[in-house]
Amino acid sequence: MKVEARSDVVVALEVRDLSVELGRRPIVSGVRLDVPTGGWLCIIGPNGAGKTTLVHAIAGLVPRSGSVRLFGRAADALGRRERARSIALVPQLPAIPESFTVEQYVLLGRTPHLGLLASEGARDLEAVATALERLDLGWAASRRLDSLSGGELRRGVIARAIAQEAPLLLLDEPTTGLDIAQQLRVLELVDELRRADGLTVISTMHDLTLAGRFAQSFALLSGGRVVAEGSRGEVLLPHVIAEHYGARVGVIEDGTLGWAVVPLSGPEP
Amino acid sequence: MSVRTALRGSRSRAYVVGVAVLIAAILAGLLVGPVRIGAANVFRWLLTFGQTPSGMSEQEALILAELRLPRVIVAGLVGASLAASGAAYQAVFRNPLADPYLLGAAAGAGLGATIAVAYGPTGAIDVTVPVAAFVGALVGVGLAYGLGRSNVGGRGTTSLVLAGVAVASFLTAVQTFLQQQRSQTLRQVYTWILGRLGTTGWDDVWLALPSVVLAVTTLWVVRRLLDVIEVGDVEAQSLGLNVTRLRLVVVLAASLATAAAVAVAGLIGFVGIIVPHTVRLLVGGSYRSVLPLSVLFGASFLIVVDLLARTVVAPAEIPIGVITALVGAPFFVVVLRRNRRAA
Repeated sequence: MKVEARSDVVVALEVRDLSVELGRRPIVSGVRLDVPTGGWLCIIGPNGAGKTTLVHAIAGLVPRSGSVRLFGRAADALGRRERARSIALVPQLPAIPESFTVEQYVLLGRTPHLGLLASEGARDLEAVATALERLDLGWAASRRLDSLSGGELRRGVIARAIAQEAPLLLLDEPTTGLDIAQQLRVLELVDELRRADGLTVISTMHDLTLAGRFAQSFALLSGGRVVAEGSRGEVLLPHVIAEHYGARVGVIEDGTLGWAVVPLSGPEP
Repeated sequence: MSVRTALRGSRSRAYVVGVAVLIAAILAGLLVGPVRIGAANVFRWLLTFGQTPSGMSEQEALILAELRLPRVIVAGLVGASLAASGAAYQAVFRNPLADPYLLGAAAGAGLGATIAVAYGPTGAIDVTVPVAAFVGALVGVGLAYGLGRSNVGGRGTTSLVLAGVAVASFLTAVQTFLQQQRSQTLRQVYTWILGRLGTTGWDDVWLALPSVVLAVTTLWVVRRLLDVIEVGDVEAQSLGLNVTRLRLVVVLAASLATAAAVAVAGLIGFVGIIVPHTVRLLVGGSYRSVLPLSVLFGASFLIVVDLLARTVVAPAEIPIGVITALVGAPFFVVVLRRNRRAA
């Protein structure tokens, strides 16, 4: 797997004063983010905080104000295909063309590498085969998408993003609808790719325990604004979560079991 | 990987079958008719390429050259156009029920053509009918899409079709009204509306051919990108595709193909549903295969339907649109039900 070397640029993503309005209603306001190359930023926040909108704005899919720089270059200066070669998006609810084979579907990831009239060459098929192997889907290349389980399907969508060979991977709720084993498997595979290839990962996640175990930095979005950012120890704190999610939680750090955010029931002490 | 080879095999087999069926359909179209012409003579006539072979009368040669061959070619062009534009509309609207007939494209083309026949300058009908039909087709699709989209988020399929049916009914009503105003053209327009290939000649071949070639070539070129739209607008954009521009190009090309078909053959429904869906059953949903195979099978399908239309109640003819509707309406219901189950 080859991702363009960007060793000269340390900052993968630099967002300044990013705002999005939908129908004159502010959805995301004044967001500032910095993600180092090879890092994993997790955007957390309650439902309706604007996480998906922020992800789409970073990917250039909704009109926004403010500046986004990708690996040192202004995103607005990039063409559509050039941008798609820098950012790959795994959406929260991907549309699945059921009658496609897994291979045909993952091949769609090569779109930004192909001119209008070009058809895929050996290089593209190789990228698809590699992506399928990386996500343990080599066996499923000729299977139809509607024959896959939920976890396999999610890995298929990620394989499509990997075949895109973009150095920045945007994952919007990558574990929604998966059982606990599949959630771990998907996140472990992403983490492996990040470590092996120097991918930069930005994800949104609702499961704070999983977020805390995989991501390196966190931005808590609430009402469209970043209200807390930094490391796990700076953001995933009971009083911060209580304030913005309106939920009582406890944070456990255990030598053998690891780190977890757990919901608490009963009246406040 | 044996499964993969099997799948590739089924696709290349589909092309072989498609070509074989097309050749068989063309031969059948040339062989069958009120005047019996022996198969040997037809083959020899084909091989000498228009020369009258010995043992064949001038009259028989004339029937082949001036009646049957142009009719078969036009039926093939119309079938290929309707099937390809059906597949293309289905791709860009992400709607399995989209069809030139149901979207109002055909009705718009019909209205445009009627205006050109009834009110246009009589001398320039060869130019005005196809142009007016093209404009009418675009108006029909534009209205159906505009009305059907407004209340749909995402993958709603029925509302586009409902809007299309409403638009088609309205445009057809306007057309009938205009037609009644000009009773001297009434019969001419009426027979044409029901789908006619009975008076087809080489004029019609030359009328349709340029538009069909341009439109089908355009769709064939973008067939890979039609697959990208299958993942929806947002994801297609994230893959670097200019979705708006592609949709515009495809709608223009499909409407051009529809207009060409309507201009020479009148309103023929359901070909755009029957053929692409049958092809999908054979080779899966990727438009790389669905589009070219729809062109092949669409041509064969309409040649065969035309053959039925002129033989079943010979010497009279059944309007070709009646047969496609007889086959297509039940087919449409099947697709609708399958789709609803999936949703």
